[in-house]
Amino acid sequence: MIEIKKLNKAFGDKVILKDITVDIKDGELFSVIGPSGMGKSTFIKCLIRLLRPESGEIIVDGQDIASTPNEFKLARVRRSFGYLFQEGALFDSLTVMENVAFGLKYLTDKPRSEYPRIVREKLALVGLKDVENLKPSELSVGMKKRVSLARSIAPEPKYMLYDEPTTGLDPVTTGMVKDLITDMRAKLGITSVVVTHDMGLALEISSRVAMLFEGAFVEVAEPDKFRCSTNATVRQFMEISHIAKNCPPENK
Amino acid sequence: MKHPVTKYIGHEVLKLAESLGASALMLKSVFFWFFRSKFEARETAKQAVTIGVDSLTVTALTSFFTGMVLSLQTGQSSKNLFNEPLYVGTMVAFSMLKELGPVLTSVVVAGRAGAVVTAEIGTMKVTEQIDALYTLGTNPTRYLLVPRYIAFMITLPLLTVFADFLGVMGGCLVAVVKLGVPSSVYMNDIYTYLEVGDFMHGFLKTFVFAFMIATVSCYKGLTTKGGAEGVGKATTQAVVTSMVLVMVLDYFISAMLVAAGI
Repeated sequence: MIEIKKLNKAFGDKVILKDITVDIKDGELFSVIGPSGMGKSTFIKCLIRLLRPESGEIIVDGQDIASTPNEFKLARVRRSFGYLFQEGALFDSLTVMENVAFGLKYLTDKPRSEYPRIVREKLALVGLKDVENLKPSELSVGMKKRVSLARSIAPEPKYMLYDEPTTGLDPVTTGMVKDLITDMRAKLGITSVVVTHDMGLALEISSRVAMLFEGAFVEVAEPDKFRCSTNATVRQFMEISHIAKNCPPENK
Repeated sequence: MKHPVTKYIGHEVLKLAESLGASALMLKSVFFWFFRSKFEARETAKQAVTIGVDSLTVTALTSFFTGMVLSLQTGQSSKNLFNEPLYVGTMVAFSMLKELGPVLTSVVVAGRAGAVVTAEIGTMKVTEQIDALYTLGTNPTRYLLVPRYIAFMITLPLLTVFADFLGVMGGCLVAVVKLGVPSSVYMNDIYTYLEVGDFMHGFLKTFVFAFMIATVSCYKGLTTKGGAEGVGKATTQAVVTSMVLVMVLDYFISAMLVAAGI
């Protein structure tokens, strides 16, 4: 379980996150939506302490990592996370095989002889084959993202963080990634946090959706209730995203 | 109201203090991971090739021609003064071993390999690859910085020995072909007047230069901001800073070594 209490983050004078408090329960698929530049990526990076918050608590399985200077404690907590970066963040100097096997080497005790089999298995999961010996520069944007996803899931993390998982992907690949995110939660019980500006995706796959606007969560609700939100910002964002209100009578 | 000049100076002083503090923290991290982590043999070997082996050609050309021109100028000057080229080998070897070998090699390595290191780490920074290392259970200092430090510290002294040798050989070629000095005389001048301490004077300096170039290149790479333009700026700054520091440090280390009798 990830507990976030009164999280604040600023870059210089610019306040990005203001007193964010939310619990992400085990097995949950929690999505954060909002317009670009509102701090969604900052929020997800704070969760794994890639960015250090100004104040607040981030408690992962009982361990507060928000302000700890202990590198080893941070590394231990980070071991339970997988992270899909917005642009893939594949290592340019390594092949696809080496990229996907990277986490296996540093995060697991699996024997080296097992790597090729696991890598091929994970690549097949994201719909790729015969790309093991290619370098990232030889891949398309969509392929890079899928390889990055394979790399994130290879060490079988407990938590997965997705930063704009479907941005830059074609509709077929978007559908595949969407299925993969939901499958990982359904079959492996992986707790996921998805940051996206694709409201349709968030409402379709999430167990809870939060709207981040001007540094704060203006709405946190299950998709059905979220669709019926009376919050003006949520309503406006839904209209812009062409999401039908489709509000069941019991949620009105 | 603050005067623009004092405001500018204050801003620059603060920036310098911030950079020095951040570099010190980076160094602390480098030492910590150097002693605590498993040796990244493959990455270190790869970096040794990039920094050392790939710099061989340019180092060879620079030192060989430097030795040649030193020989020519020394020979001609002594011909003008004494009617014959005297102590050409001694002068070339002294200059190459004590100053030009280590300094020129360090400048070449700072310009070529330092730029590569800054550009590579800088690109990794702006494309979130450094963040990706953290998420994949690896500390970037351990995986990126420590191998580069080791590679610089091993290859720069070796390249300097290579440059010293080629510089002396270049000088010998000009002395024999152009100045008419027999090679035995040229070599005898070297053996008679040069001591191991003269070689060590230049050799020891390269360790300090290597450490400094590694620090500047890695620090500039890790603090890169702002996409491709930022990578270009960081690389230029790293090369210029390293080259200037080679010259500045050279004087102070030489003064210390002279005081120590080396």
